[in-house]
Formats: sequence, structure tokens, C-alpha cells
Amino acid sequence: MTKIEAVIQNSKLDAVKTALQEIGVEGMTVIEVRGHGRQKGHTEVYRGREYSVDLIPKTKIEMVLPDALVEKAEQAILNAARTGKIGDGKIFRSRIDEAIRIRNDERGEGAL
Amino acid sequence: MSMREKLIAAAVTAVLMLMSAQIVCAQSDAVSPSPATDTAARLAKLEQQTADAKSSADNAWMLTSAALVLMMTGPGLALFYSGLVRKKNVLSTMMQSFALMAVITVLWGIFGYSLCFGSGNSFIGGLHNLFLNGVGAAPDPDYSTTLPAQTFMVYQLMFAIITPGLIAGAFAERMKFSAMLLFMVLWSIIVYDPMAHMVWGKGGLLNASLGGRFPTLDFAGGTVVHVTSGVSALVCAIYLGKRLGYPKQPMFPHSVVLSFIGACLLWVGWFGFNAGSALGAGSLATSAFVATHFAAASAAIGWAAAEWIRNGKPSVLGGISGSVAGLVAITPAAGFVKPMPALFIGLIAGVFCYLMVAKVKAKFGYDDSLDAFGVHGAGGTLGALLTGVFAVSAVNPIFKNAQGATLASGLLEGNAGQLLNQCIGVAIAWVIAIVGTLVILKVVDLTIGLRVSEEEEVQGLDLSQHGEEGYYWETPA
Repeated sequence: MTKIEAVIQNSKLDAVKTALQEIGVEGMTVIEVRGHGRQKGHTEVYRGREYSVDLIPKTKIEMVLPDALVEKAEQAILNAARTGKIGDGKIFRSRIDEAIRIRNDERGEGAL
Repeated sequence: MSMREKLIAAAVTAVLMLMSAQIVCAQSDAVSPSPATDTAARLAKLEQQTADAKSSADNAWMLTSAALVLMMTGPGLALFYSGLVRKKNVLSTMMQSFALMAVITVLWGIFGYSLCFGSGNSFIGGLHNLFLNGVGAAPDPDYSTTLPAQTFMVYQLMFAIITPGLIAGAFAERMKFSAMLLFMVLWSIIVYDPMAHMVWGKGGLLNASLGGRFPTLDFAGGTVVHVTSGVSALVCAIYLGKRLGYPKQPMFPHSVVLSFIGACLLWVGWFGFNAGSALGAGSLATSAFVATHFAAASAAIGWAAAEWIRNGKPSVLGGISGSVAGLVAITPAAGFVKPMPALFIGLIAGVFCYLMVAKVKAKFGYDDSLDAFGVHGAGGTLGALLTGVFAVSAVNPIFKNAQGATLASGLLEGNAGQLLNQCIGVAIAWVIAIVGTLVILKVVDLTIGLRVSEEEEVQGLDLSQHGEEGYYWETPA
């Protein structure tokens, strides 16, 4: 099993969600986050006072997938979330040792 | 009917018939025949009805205005200010406005009204109207011949509520609630009551319509409300010191949305504030209404344009701050100027207050957290002075000579001396605000202390002062 965490532009959430559903991804967790990578922040001006905002709102999608689906899912995210500009986000992949369905104690890929 | 009752009834009827017969005789004896007396009686009745109708019309507008001015404090000012603070202080900022609605009302009933509007000396009213004694349905002709004195009293109360509320913008996010209450009570007595008496009270030093020594034109409270509160705000900001982390740590307005709603409510409420200050529903109220609206509009444009030029973007906060600045500046002038000068006053005020807030504050480094001085102190002073320039007798023939002929009002009409009087009025407002506020701050500081502890300030005033939070999203369904 593999966990994919993708940090994407807020505006790309719908497109990514649809693309993932189309290739058969059945579950995901979406979190509103703030952070920064290479993309610089922006400045906001309130009554003449400038504030630099370096933590930018992003959307993070987390999902644990059966290994067979991982490549397709990553490709789907890349296609759907890319604008070609700095700030498009990142995808992280990591191994997952176990998954347990709380309802019936089912384990492994069947629990996903 | 018993025999006895019948007898009494018969006797009464007889007496009545005799009396009417006498009247008829008297009338027929008189030189003028009955229709004339009849006409006189009908005329008198008609005059009474006309007076009653005018009184009702004025009263309807003034009660509406009173309600509008209260709406400026809550929710107007409360929203405007609380949107500008950080989210941990939203409730405490609202509470500062709301508490005044309660506390000042009580004080006003007991002695505030008397100190402001009771007859006294040049500087402060007397104690004749303590506990609203003598303030009833009958008009007080010194202030209005058509309004019940109680209407005038409750209308003026709304001004006494919002004025100290404006100061709260300077010490937002760091003053103890108890200290704020004590400060406001003392400020109301030491600064507001004397200033209101001087400008508007009978016998007041600066009263333009009741023969003051230095007649200052202040239609709706440019000096009484905005200069006093704005200058006091500056003193508070300097005395209290900066908020922890200011100016290094970013302190965003947590919700410009709240501020936006608040500012728009202020704009609408200001019609009660300024047009209501005509103390009647006549054409002067219309004139003040129009001037108010025009100034707010042009000031919003002035501030936003200045931002647009300087930062490349016109902000929402800039637009609404500009409209408030324009409303402040037109307050003393509203009932004295024509619409085009009002437009001009607003435009100047929008740009001027922007520069005060964006440039001057940054240069001197004081933490006037919500710009109470930059908007109300600066805008109020500017407006009071410009009133002396643009006031015309065609709008409001306030100065008359002994023969009753109308005299010039402002500088452009040829009355240069008025500008000097305006300067005197403004100077007195500045002095009373600075001295009064310093004394009060010292007293409160030495007795119960002004600022919350560092720990409480970091935690936020909502929790540390009131035990509540404005936003608590994690509540389980």
C-alpha cells in the first residue's frame, strides 16, 4: 500500500478530485493548509501598512492506494493540477505498513 | 332615575340655559357680531393644530434620528472596529462599544444631560436637570420649540454614547475592561460634558446660536465628538504604549467583512447624526442630509484613489475608511454648507486622513491601533476649520445682527473672523481632550491599572477579560 500526499493549488481541487475518481480512486482526505515552498508570498496593504504574507493557502490531498493504482493516480494529479507556474505544489509518496477498517477489523488492501 | 336625581338634572339644565342665554345676550350686545369671535376661535384652534402637526413631524424625524445614531455605535462602530482587530479580540472590541450603550445611558439620566444642557456657566451646565428633573413632554425653547424636551434629551444621549466609543480604537487589544469602563465614565464627565455644554448648551462659551463668547460653528459635533475623541485617542495610544509585537509582528484586520458592514451602517446612521442635528424635519435637515452623503462619497473616492496611486490597488478597507473620514469632516459643516463644497470637503478629508494614517502614523511610530486619531482627530479638526471657510448664510442664517438681518457665516462669504472662532473652538477641544485624558489615564493607571498583563494580551482579551471566544468552530455537531 502506498500513501500519496499532494499539495496543490486551491483552485485545482475539483479538477484533481474528478480525475482521481475517473481512474477509480475511491477515498481521499482533503485538508486546507498554509505553507510555502519556492513560491514567494505576497504583500497585503492595510491602511498603508504593508504585511508580507509568506504562508500561502493550499489544499492537501491524502490518500492510501493499492500499489497497482499509484502510478495512474500520480499521473492523474500531475495532469489535472499543473498550470506550469511556480506554486503548483508537490506530490509525496510513502509506504504504508497496514490499513485497518474500524467497522469490521478488515486488514490490508481490502480495507482501503 | 330617582326623584332627587331628576331634580338635580333639572337644576343643572336650568343653570346651563341661563348661562347660555347670558352669553347670547353678551354677544348680541357686542359691537362685532358672533361670526368674528367664531373665526378667532377657529383660527386659534387651527394655529394649535398646525403647531401640533409640525411638532409631530419634527418629533417623528428626531426619534428616527436618535435610533439611527444609536445604530452607529451598535452595531456600526462595534463591527467596524472589531473587524480591524485580531480574531482573539473581536468580542472585547465589540463589548467596548456595547458597554457604553448601557453605562453612558445611566449616567446621562442621572447627571450627564444636566451637565451638558442644563443652564449653567460658560463651561459646564448646572444641576437643575439632575435625574431628568424638568425634562418632559414640554419643549425646551432654548433648544427647540417643537420637540418634547425628552426627545432632545434622548437624541443627545446617543451622541454621548458614540463619542467615547470612538476612542476605543486607540487602545484596542490591550486595555483592561475594568479600566476602560472607569476611563469612559470619567472621560464622559471631564471631557465630553463640558465640551458639549460649551458648544451646544445654553450659555456655552462657544455656542453659535445662543450667544456664546466665541461662536463656533459645529453643526453635529466636529469638535464636540470627533476632535475630542480623536485627540484623546492619540493621548491614549501614546500613554498606553504599543501592543506587544507592534510593529514587527503582523496584525491583520481579522475580518474586513465585518468592518465593511460596520462602515456602511455608520454611513447610513450618520444621516441621523447630521441631518438629525437640524432638530427638525425641515429643509435644513435635507441640506445636511445631502451634504453628508456627498462628502462621504467623495472621501471614499479620495482615499481609495490615493491608495491606488501609491500602492497600485484600491482596497476595500481604504474605501470604507475614506467614507468614514468624509463623514467625520462634514459633521461640523453639514448644516452650513452647500452640496459642492461638501463634495470638496469630503475629497480633501479622504486624502488627508489617508496620509495621516499611512504616512504620519508610521513616521511617529505611535500605535493608534484602529486609527481613531488619524480619522476622527485629524478629520474632525480639518472639517471644523473648513466649516469656517465654506459656511454660507443661504443654507443656515445662524448669525443675525440686532435688527434681525442675516450676517455672513463663513470666510468665503466675507466673515473672516469665523475662521478664527473655529480655530478657538478646535484649540479648546484639543486642550480639554489632552489635559482631561492625561489626568484620567493617570488616575486609572494608579488605581486599577490600564493594561492587561502580557500573558492576557497574548491570550487575547476575549478570553482573558470576558471568558468567551468570538469564533469557536470546533464545536461538535
